Amino acid sequence: MSSAIGTDDVGGVEDEHDHHHPQLAHHFEDLDQQRDTLTLGMWAFLVQEIMFFGGLIAAFLIYRGRYTDAFDTAANHLPIFWGATNTVVLIGSSLTMALAVKAGQLGKKGAILTWMSATGILGFVFLGIKTVEYTDKFSHGIIPGKYFLRGGAHGAYADLLPFVDQAHMFYIFYYMMTGMHALHMVIGAGLMVWVFVEVFQDKVTKDKHAIVENFGLYWHFVDIVWIFLFPFLYLLGR
Amino acid sequence: MTAITDAAAPARPKDAPKPNYLNVSYGLKSWLLTVDHKRIGILYLFGVTFFFAVGGIFAALMRLELSTPGPWLVESDTYNRLFSMHGIIMTFFFLIPSIPATLGNFLLPIMVGAKDLAFPKINLLSWYIYMIGGLFTTASIALGGVDTGWTFYTPYSSTYANSNVMLAALGVFISGFASILTGLNFMVTVHKMRAPGMTWFRLPLFVWAHYATSIIMLLGTPVVAITILLVAVERTLGVGIFDPKLGGDPVLFQHLFWFYSHPAVYIMLLPGMGIMSEIISCFSRKPIFGYKFIAFSSMAIAIVGFIVWGHHMFTSSQSVYAGVAFSFLTMFVAVPSAIKVFNWVATMFRGSVEFSAPMIYALLYIGLFLVGGLTGVFLGTLGLDLHVHDTYFVVAHFHFVMVGATLMAFLGGLHFWWPKITGRMYPQRTARFAAGLIFVGFFLAFMPQFVLGYLGMPRRYHIYPEEFQFLHVLSTAGASILGAGYIIPVVYFATSLRFSPRAVANPWGAAGFEWEIQSPPTQFNFDKTPVMDHEPYNYESELPAPDQRQGIITMSEADLV
Repeated sequence: MSSAIGTDDVGGVEDEHDHHHPQLAHHFEDLDQQRDTLTLGMWAFLVQEIMFFGGLIAAFLIYRGRYTDAFDTAANHLPIFWGATNTVVLIGSSLTMALAVKAGQLGKKGAILTWMSATGILGFVFLGIKTVEYTDKFSHGIIPGKYFLRGGAHGAYADLLPFVDQAHMFYIFYYMMTGMHALHMVIGAGLMVWVFVEVFQDKVTKDKHAIVENFGLYWHFVDIVWIFLFPFLYLLGR
Repeated sequence: MTAITDAAAPARPKDAPKPNYLNVSYGLKSWLLTVDHKRIGILYLFGVTFFFAVGGIFAALMRLELSTPGPWLVESDTYNRLFSMHGIIMTFFFLIPSIPATLGNFLLPIMVGAKDLAFPKINLLSWYIYMIGGLFTTASIALGGVDTGWTFYTPYSSTYANSNVMLAALGVFISGFASILTGLNFMVTVHKMRAPGMTWFRLPLFVWAHYATSIIMLLGTPVVAITILLVAVERTLGVGIFDPKLGGDPVLFQHLFWFYSHPAVYIMLLPGMGIMSEIISCFSRKPIFGYKFIAFSSMAIAIVGFIVWGHHMFTSSQSVYAGVAFSFLTMFVAVPSAIKVFNWVATMFRGSVEFSAPMIYALLYIGLFLVGGLTGVFLGTLGLDLHVHDTYFVVAHFHFVMVGATLMAFLGGLHFWWPKITGRMYPQRTARFAAGLIFVGFFLAFMPQFVLGYLGMPRRYHIYPEEFQFLHVLSTAGASILGAGYIIPVVYFATSLRFSPRAVANPWGAAGFEWEIQSPPTQFNFDKTPVMDHEPYNYESELPAPDQRQGIITMSEADLV
């Protein structure tokens, strides 16, 4: 499909199925309605996501209030440097994503692809740093399940031993919350490939760029989740 | 009422139906890959009917077992699995998707004047997700079932689990996403797909009810998803998120579970209430009384429904102050519910009430909902709840609202829109007889359970003192009648497809976009985008024109039955 298709052949109320904009799905009246619908759909999806993470965060905060000492001690073992670095990386990726959305609104194919690539790279930097953190924790016996702090060499983590069950719970929530977040990043990476292909095939134009915008909304949402996770997990109790 | 299209020609030869969504293409593939909301609604109808039958078999076995005070048919462990699987299947795979996914799917786009839901492919995806979830739960049945109760309470589902909890919970987890996607689709459709002139306050109340439902689906379901995920982590890793021995809190599970599962009751109820408004207004030949009150009461139920979950935990070591607050808020839900009932009754007042089959179902709904709703107020009272908590009183209460009322509405809706969905009428007298039989059977099955509960019969027990046997046998007898009552509509609906007369476009003389298009509708519902140029429910008090009263029973006919 060509990107040069104008909008003037989009029909009004009496539009039939046989002649309308090739990028207009059969059940919409015009491109505006189609774009608005897709955008509202993404917002509604994100509201659903808020409730999903909200349930998890609420459970975490309840236990945090109950076992403050254990959670504080456990939280102090999280590397604040890497957490902060990742925060910067993700906010940076939100910036590049915003620039990609802007490029999408202007219909600039090259710019969209460039900025989305930058977003993807920053996303993988984030996941890489996360892997480093997980690996470090695992090597010190911070493994969820029956191997948690079992075996001899706890090293710096010996201060968790007096309240090992509560500390264990902190790390369960740490892995669940950051893991769910990372899963959303990975899904985001998959979606990004799809959007990338759509852009590459000239299916994104000035008239029809909702896909880039909506991917942007998703990406920003995942960033915002991290903006909550970072203080809740790394900073509280310092 | 606006002009009716020329499809209303009853004299059409039987072998030449107009092009419609059913005959536009044939074959399994054309159904399994369809993105047409009407066909997906029918796919869902098969799904929910199947799971209703499965859940019904479990119920029948339970009632049989309960006809004697001692165990005679099954052992205690099997009984635990029977009531658990009955609850899980009926709640998550029948009641929650029942009305929205079938009638809602079919009607909502037509009612707002759209060609389809906002996201047709996501709609199809939701059906597949639902079926996959159902497959997991069915597999868990085949492997021996679950014995935790439908609520999956910890520690039954975690520390002391000894059945296929993970498989069944996974099924519920998966089917939850079908619910989320349906809710999302409905919500966006109502916002963005309305036809010109279809303002918010011209929407049929069916649409309002589904809009409120979709909010609950969207906001509540993710919470139960994460809760099930936490249980799964606890089970697979052997950690103590809800295990008190390891610092966890089993009551937290109840909080998270009921945060969804109480609003889920309104997922089951609200769509039925939407059906009620449509049927009652049509067969009273009067505009609905208090349109805005009914619309906003749906929203009020959806919103207030989110802050009453604690009434499930009056006896679960919840703070007594929280209990008082939850008790008050629970009572408050009675207000919008009562607003609806009063408005329906006021709609009938001085209307020309016709006793066609859908209306019979609607009237019986009011009876069942009244009993179920008012006993809910009993249960919302802290002091009384301590006495009847976890007894048959609770069982009877929620069966009255969720099963009695919702199923009456579902059947009423099916009878109302069957001519539209299939293009066929059905035998009116048999339908009215079935409605009466279901009502009698239901009342007989569950009214004794109120008494049993009040006398102290706990739920989930199958061994009981001999003095309870009489009431239990009454209940079992009622359940048998109920079962027979449910089979009748299945039979005449199925045979109607072949043997009943073809339906005209508007057999009830009803108002709404869906009655202005042919029966069954064309693939894209409307030939051109409709325009809403009048207020909804513009009924006049006399009988509709002769070509619009195919299904209507005049007074003299009604006297015969």
